[in-house]
Amino acid sequence: MSNVPVNNGRRRFLTAATAVVGGVGVVGAAVPFIASWNPSARAKAAGAPVEVNVGKIQPGQLIRAEWRGKPVYVVRRTEKTVSDLAKHDDQLRDPNSEKAQQPSYATNAYRSIKPEFLVALGVCTHLGCAPTHHGGDFEEFVEGVPNGFFCPCHGSKFDMAGRVFQGVPAPLNLVVPEHSFISDDTLLIGVGPDANKGDA
Amino acid sequence: MLMKLFTDFMGWIDKRLPVTDAWNKHLAQYPAPKNFNFWYFFGSLAMLVLVNQILTGIWLTMNYEPSGDGAFASIEYIMRDVDFGWLLRYMHSTGASAFFVVVYMHMMRGLMYGSYQKPRELLWIFGMLIFLVLMAEAFMGYLLPWGNMSYWGAQVIISLFGAVPIIGDDLTLWIRGDYVISGATLNRFFALHVIAMPLVLVILVFLHILALHEVGSNNPEGIDIKKPKGSVKPEELSKFTFHKQYSANYDIVDAVPFHPYYTVKDIMGVVGFLFLFCWVMFFAPEGGGYFMEAPNFTPANGLKTPEHIAPVWYFGPFYTILRVIPDKLLGAVGMFSAIIVLFLLPWFDRGTVKSVRYRSKWHLINLIQFAICFVVLGALGTMPATPVANMIGVIASFGYFGFFVALWFYSKNENTKPMPERIAD
Repeated sequence: MSNVPVNNGRRRFLTAATAVVGGVGVVGAAVPFIASWNPSARAKAAGAPVEVNVGKIQPGQLIRAEWRGKPVYVVRRTEKTVSDLAKHDDQLRDPNSEKAQQPSYATNAYRSIKPEFLVALGVCTHLGCAPTHHGGDFEEFVEGVPNGFFCPCHGSKFDMAGRVFQGVPAPLNLVVPEHSFISDDTLLIGVGPDANKGDA
Repeated sequence: MLMKLFTDFMGWIDKRLPVTDAWNKHLAQYPAPKNFNFWYFFGSLAMLVLVNQILTGIWLTMNYEPSGDGAFASIEYIMRDVDFGWLLRYMHSTGASAFFVVVYMHMMRGLMYGSYQKPRELLWIFGMLIFLVLMAEAFMGYLLPWGNMSYWGAQVIISLFGAVPIIGDDLTLWIRGDYVISGATLNRFFALHVIAMPLVLVILVFLHILALHEVGSNNPEGIDIKKPKGSVKPEELSKFTFHKQYSANYDIVDAVPFHPYYTVKDIMGVVGFLFLFCWVMFFAPEGGGYFMEAPNFTPANGLKTPEHIAPVWYFGPFYTILRVIPDKLLGAVGMFSAIIVLFLLPWFDRGTVKSVRYRSKWHLINLIQFAICFVVLGALGTMPATPVANMIGVIASFGYFGFFVALWFYSKNENTKPMPERIAD
């Protein structure tokens, strides 16, 4: 080897060029392996919007819809419940819904399009368990607040606008999904009001 | 005549593949300290359980159906209709818990006798990597029966990745391959559980043993059995023949060849272990709800959270650390830190005396409090989160991390006992 004339500059260039081209090849070859983990076309199709008839929900009642395999809680709140929402703002992490856990049209005091209807994912923002609805007996968790959600996994608490209380593991308010009303009684989950107008 | 045939055959092989040499180097002429106690059973037991998991796992795949629609039913099919299917499955599920029992004991041994200290840092890191892969393997395996606890356990753990800033949500979507945990998730976990992880595990075990034989086994006294060449009087040298890789560079004392001395001893350990293992497998395969949790006997249901989500017992300590921190990101960071500090143990310990037998009483107390905290954290992880449990969990978490911090401080100038030159008879 040692008596072979070597052009070190050329050798370095060739080594580097080979490494770079090979590296690009490895990255390119990794693309299909990594991308194949994304939701498939079938999974995406199954995640299409769902319609819910809200006409028969009694005041104070909660119904569960399923959208993208997740429970969506739809609650018809009584007027008192809506007006009570402002009373415990000081006990909440994010009373004004500043974190983007809801579409812009639901960024208001009651976190919904119509004050009457709360539409929120029944998925705790801590680790994804389903909080249970306590209508009337929530005072055992938070004094002075009669209605709310309590997560049985790690004890997170939310009010009737899905806003999280302080001092619990969940960091954020419950997610309000894109939703809109096709008619007074028909709720469409997965599509916001603007997009919906275009379609209809 | 037969013997001659065998010798000729081995001669033929050895010219082409160093089989006899490898046998001698790693078994028949591997110098092992003469004073191994029962704590040294757990390495070979871990290997035994690994073989059990691989064998029974292969057989289970023959009847298991990795799909969201078929998984739960195929487990029932294995349990009820396949001849000895119940036994193969219980061997596998009991084996999973047994794996963690022996691995935790094996790690405790390393802690007690300082087996992670210089020059065994890399050996320890390979061991920790095995532990990490083992946890991933067990976690993915637990999803496969597609029971409701499988489902929600996976939900909780995958959600942890959602705590990663900015990319968290996309990352969890990518891991699941769907908007929720679904058949897509199940299938990829299956692939990883039966192919990728076992492959990595076997390679890591190979490297762990290779690294062990390079640096040599530690022992309960923490006294090196390899002395500088020429420093030992010929009559004090071990009377056994050891492979030249070891004896050429060192004078070896107080050692016996691994085979037959420790192969026979380990068989003793295997017999004792199998008594306990079979007792659990035949009489309590569900482990009182700790090896197989009650909600897992109903199929996965994404709309119905079990009232109390608890991980399988062996994840308990880390789960408790996650749970007592009232912040999602910090909780996840705390949990992963609990594993990272273990990786860094060889550098937290600045001492040179290995075995707890010759270290300060502070080290003994620290070790005991660490073991207690670990057990307490583990027990809490299987219980519901009440304020009292949380309080205890916080204290035990401080004990867990405090072990490493305290070790770093006192090990620099530790008041150790004088070390003998040789292992006593």
